[in-house]
Amino acid sequence: MSGAAGTIRAISGWVVRAHLDQPLVMRELVHVGTERLIGEVVGLDRDEANVQVYEETSGLAPGEPLFGTGEPLSVELGPGLLGEVFDGVQRPLRALAGQEGDFIGRGSRAPALDREKLWTFSPRVKVGDEVQAGSILGVVQETAMLLHPIVVPPGISGRVTSIAEESPRRVEDVIATVNDNKLTMLQRWRVRTPRPLLERLPLEVPLITRQRVLDTFFPLARGAAACMPGGFGTGKTVTQHQLCRWSDADVIIFVGCGERGNEITHLVRELPELIDPRTGRLLSERTILIANTSNMPVSAREASLFTGVTIGEYYRDLGFHVVLLADSLSRWAEALREISGRLEEMPAEEGYPPYLSSALAAFFERAGRVKNLSGTEGSLTLIGAISPAAGDLTEPVTRHSQRFVRTFWTLDRQLAAARVFPAISIRASYSDVPPAMERWWSEHVSPSWSSLRVEALAFLEEAGRCEETARLMGVDSLPERERFILGMAEEFREGFLSQNAFDPVDSACEPAKQVEMLEMYMKKVRG
Amino acid sequence: MKVEAQTGVSVPHTAEPCSTDTPVCALRRKKSGGIERRGIAELHGPLAVIDGVSGVSADEQVDVVGSDGVPRLGRVITTSESRIVVEIFGVTDGLATSSTRVRFAGEPLHLGVGPEMLGRLFDGTGHPRDGLPPPAPAEVRPIIGAPINPVRREYPREFLQTGISVIDALNSVVLGQKIPIFTDSGLEHDELAMQIIRQASAPSVERFAVVFAALGLPRETVSRYIEDFRRTGVRSRMVAFLNFADDPTAERLITPRCALTTAEYLAFDLGYHVLVVLNDMTNYGEALREMSAARGEIPSRKGYPGYLYSDLASLFERAGRISGRPGSVTQIPIVTLPSGDIGHPIPDLTGYVTEGQIVLDRDIARRGVYPPVAVLPSLSRLMSDGIGAGSTREDHPKIAKRLYAAVARTERARALASIIGVDELTEVERRYLRFGARFEKEFLNQRRDETRGIGETLDIALEILKELP
Repeated sequence: MSGAAGTIRAISGWVVRAHLDQPLVMRELVHVGTERLIGEVVGLDRDEANVQVYEETSGLAPGEPLFGTGEPLSVELGPGLLGEVFDGVQRPLRALAGQEGDFIGRGSRAPALDREKLWTFSPRVKVGDEVQAGSILGVVQETAMLLHPIVVPPGISGRVTSIAEESPRRVEDVIATVNDNKLTMLQRWRVRTPRPLLERLPLEVPLITRQRVLDTFFPLARGAAACMPGGFGTGKTVTQHQLCRWSDADVIIFVGCGERGNEITHLVRELPELIDPRTGRLLSERTILIANTSNMPVSAREASLFTGVTIGEYYRDLGFHVVLLADSLSRWAEALREISGRLEEMPAEEGYPPYLSSALAAFFERAGRVKNLSGTEGSLTLIGAISPAAGDLTEPVTRHSQRFVRTFWTLDRQLAAARVFPAISIRASYSDVPPAMERWWSEHVSPSWSSLRVEALAFLEEAGRCEETARLMGVDSLPERERFILGMAEEFREGFLSQNAFDPVDSACEPAKQVEMLEMYMKKVRG
Repeated sequence: MKVEAQTGVSVPHTAEPCSTDTPVCALRRKKSGGIERRGIAELHGPLAVIDGVSGVSADEQVDVVGSDGVPRLGRVITTSESRIVVEIFGVTDGLATSSTRVRFAGEPLHLGVGPEMLGRLFDGTGHPRDGLPPPAPAEVRPIIGAPINPVRREYPREFLQTGISVIDALNSVVLGQKIPIFTDSGLEHDELAMQIIRQASAPSVERFAVVFAALGLPRETVSRYIEDFRRTGVRSRMVAFLNFADDPTAERLITPRCALTTAEYLAFDLGYHVLVVLNDMTNYGEALREMSAARGEIPSRKGYPGYLYSDLASLFERAGRISGRPGSVTQIPIVTLPSGDIGHPIPDLTGYVTEGQIVLDRDIARRGVYPPVAVLPSLSRLMSDGIGAGSTREDHPKIAKRLYAAVARTERARALASIIGVDELTEVERRYLRFGARFEKEFLNQRRDETRGIGETLDIALEILKELP
């Protein structure tokens, strides 16, 4: 980065207009003003650029310089991401707290990956080997439960001319030379560009969440996308925390975009105390938190989703199963709306920009179960929480999301008010269950899963009808069979559908136990 | 001094000329200097457009002085090399374009804060409103604040006893939480807020400091608060920022930020546990809409600006605790539901930032029950970690769960009874009706000066739960 690329002309909120002396490209990362705030070019008009700034602009003045960086907004990828807490543009919040104290100031800088930390690199190739993008050069034990392959980044191939011996290395140390490319453990990738892959695999393996109502009735496939709308007070946060804790994944990425600071803090404090049921290790060892709370800059909130997705794709490409939870897409869409308003773009429905739908698609389409460049299988499952205004499921964010997901978990206010948690509405939720997934359950858990599930859904539908009748005419006026159904439905709701997140035993329910319980209830229903 | 004499009289906040220069606990600038010029190009209500000044930074503080010599405080909202738009917090009546002087402070709005602020009344921008000289500041802080780094936050889990059964048992509040009271015009939210302030106690807290921000409130309402604070001795550990209903709208956007800057100082620098009452956030939202329309911004829901959520969050997220620092900021914002609609943008977006809500209900109030808290829609998100063995009582979580379930069933039984009549109900349903009646009369209902310890509250709950099978 040499001299200034331009000069700031005007400032309005998080949007800065600058006169350019040197050309910049669309989506280029720029540094704004003498404090070098982080920004991104979002519009070009002859010799002027519109820049969205990822930090508070208060105090910035026209006449201050703008610096180009020559590259788009990117994230750092490599060992050391697990267990970290980043903001929306991947600034490490623990390191920042160490430098700056309790509040996040402007112009605070720290590299995402610790430059000084030593990792023991074990080589897997020899000098002279032919390698290509995705080839594993060596491995690093990132956490006790995750062996992190160091792979050749996309776009590079050739003969290995040097390779490091087994030794402690920093992320920026050269560990291999392929042709003339010096490779380190640190890679960078542009957040708005999907990472390359070999092929997409069909979505047929369920992501086990150990939440009965989800796994049994509305299963989500590994590599698929789901959305979870719920008004405030419907238990969205707890449900997400449960998914974070119990999902069958190697890596969990939680993107808190525009949500409460205390909730992120809860996760930060709670995760190191929780044990992964599969490995017996700490859950924090497989979790990455991206925290851009509601009072942190709006433009960084917009970026945070893609920061998370890109990190998710990276681990997918190393052969891991990744689950990303975004809380919430509504707050993210509102960031789009705010920025769009500042850019004085013509709004579409409810003030959202017309490209809301394509922006959501750009997020959801990055989900997938794939064969990566290394030839191994990895997946990135996306779960987007939605906080629909006034619980209205016809609002734009929910409606557009529905076009891109096939698993839809609706949280119901009435169930929440009756303290039935998770408050997943049976009637307003749906999920696509392909035959291949039924086969998976049949082979891995129980052959009766599929038929029991259909039977239980029909029973709940009938119970719903009975409840309506009872509401109108009183329970006593119902025939005995219907009263029995009502009683059973109540029992089923309490015993099966609701699951106590705070109870150490009930918090997680293994698939086999789920089928067993379902079998028991259905036997009772059959009488 | 009588309270009416302090708050009942309209004291224009521009009473002291050039007060923004003097070192007081008011919005002021830290250093002298900055750009000054005569003449403004356009005036539209509270907005002034100034041409031909360069180098003015975003959010900079501005003094606008008319030919009357009275400075009006303002803030830069957009800036460019040729055109600057300033939002003026005072009245713009009497301003001319050519003779008006504009002084740019060279930095964003700052507030002087210090321990002497305790016991004082200020206007919406931090000038004394109690007729006393301004207190000396210990420090000067930008009022927009900075976000607390989430990894430095301490997760709030220390039970705050309000002495009000329905809150302590079913919507337990913890130190550092933000929990609004959702109410409707004519309900007793002010009495409830005052009672919470009077009765608040926690084992680790000797005394609470109170920061009260009146946002567009009638003088009468404010007087009641101040009188109550005086009568009960809260006054000496209270700081009030008062923006009355007829004060300039733009000032209303500044008032809560002054209040929260003060609260953060009291909490994180002086170690006080601070209760902040922001009353009424609906007026704040209205002011935001009014200013947004004046700026010609593109509206989103119901005419409110697209950044309503982020703006509300920039206030509510200033509640909390910080690890290693002794104090806390607990917020009790009051939100009047516009025409009783909980889905209106202001309560809706508030609910997405705050950690729960206490909802008041007119039907319950009509039955003569105080506080008229509707149990089912009310919620405290931070409750589960703040109650139980070691903080309240071991059986608290279980009792709360049983009460909730019972109230939910009572509601169902009541709905049924209104359709088919009480006589047609089963014995079980009738027992729930009896439980419901006792719940309202013995548990929910409480005198305005009655402090119930959590133990007493839970015992009452156990007693009335005996009605049930």
